[in-house]
Amino acid sequence: MCQNCPQPQSFLAELIDTGLLIDTGVDGLYGRSGLFEEVIARFDDLITRHGGQDGAEIVRFPPAMSRKHFEKSGYLKSFPQLAGTVHSFAGNERAHAELLHKVADGVDWTDGQISTEVVLTPAACYPLYPVVAKRGPLKTEGALFDLQSYCFRHEPSKDPARMQLFRMREYVRFGTPEQVTEFRATWLERGQEMMASLGVPLNLDVANDPFFGRAGRMLANNQRDQRLKFELLIPIESEEKPTACLSFNYHQDHFGTTWGIQTAAGETAHTACVGFGMERVALALFKHHGYDVARWPASVRNVLWP
Amino acid sequence: MKTRIREILKSTGKLPVDVATLADEADLYNAGLTSFGTVELMMALEEAFEVEFPDNMMNRRNFASVAAIENAIRTIQSEHV
Repeated sequence: MCQNCPQPQSFLAELIDTGLLIDTGVDGLYGRSGLFEEVIARFDDLITRHGGQDGAEIVRFPPAMSRKHFEKSGYLKSFPQLAGTVHSFAGNERAHAELLHKVADGVDWTDGQISTEVVLTPAACYPLYPVVAKRGPLKTEGALFDLQSYCFRHEPSKDPARMQLFRMREYVRFGTPEQVTEFRATWLERGQEMMASLGVPLNLDVANDPFFGRAGRMLANNQRDQRLKFELLIPIESEEKPTACLSFNYHQDHFGTTWGIQTAAGETAHTACVGFGMERVALALFKHHGYDVARWPASVRNVLWP
Repeated sequence: MKTRIREILKSTGKLPVDVATLADEADLYNAGLTSFGTVELMMALEEAFEVEFPDNMMNRRNFASVAAIENAIRTIQSEHV
């Protein structure tokens, strides 16, 4: 191997060099440039053009949720390693002085922090379920929601497609098993059609969530066996391990049971969602069409800037 | 072994029905066994029978009934003599 030849720069380094992403000193935590945000906004609009006519109720939550709801959601059973809980100082003046000394000495100062009522949102739909449950039984036609939120997952990485804080747009369907599986089938078609219009290489595959630990292997195996999760993959950081940019999930009655959500007929509601990784799609576009959006293929520009 | 499996199922499976009313071949998922219930059941079985379920045996089929669980445990035991 040539030792003196310039090594190809990583995609992350290129994104930071071009100013699309802004380094903060923490892997997976980046600022975004105006151009990056423009591409996100155009993709957001494209999603609405495909899904907006379905009559979804639009709801936007801040990127945090109630800790009590988070605990009840079961997220800690499946993904304790990814959760981000918010803690704060609640001591007296003496404890404050100790804290400042510890910060100045560069030693751990967090032992006096206590958990707040707030947890960072792990997926855009998590704050929604208790809200729907509180409204009472669904109508005969079920329910459909349009969400978008920054989400947090503690998985620092040099792969720009694996951020710790990123935006997820979602459509979430509540209803009978027939209603929600039909919703997912529709979006499996629609999502592929929509992404094909962006001129990026695609591959649809059965997938599983990153359940924690050895026991989590069983949850993952079961999820795959039952084909509950599909991902639309696009190569970004690597050809061999393409990145999931859209996911199509059938939760069966998991959230319906957890939150006591009922259909109009009094059965436990089933749920499904389609999730769009906003930053991942923007990164895929920059990766495959270059950093100069003015030179992107006309067909792609026409789709994003109609 | 089935008696022991039933005891563990009763204490960890969190089934909404009485385990004693279920036949050996009865479908535990139809009886209300959840995916998280399956995980807890597996860990309790591993401790009780001193076995470890290999990755390729961690699936719904092997926990679908009392008889299926017994088969799975006997298979693991016979492969690790």
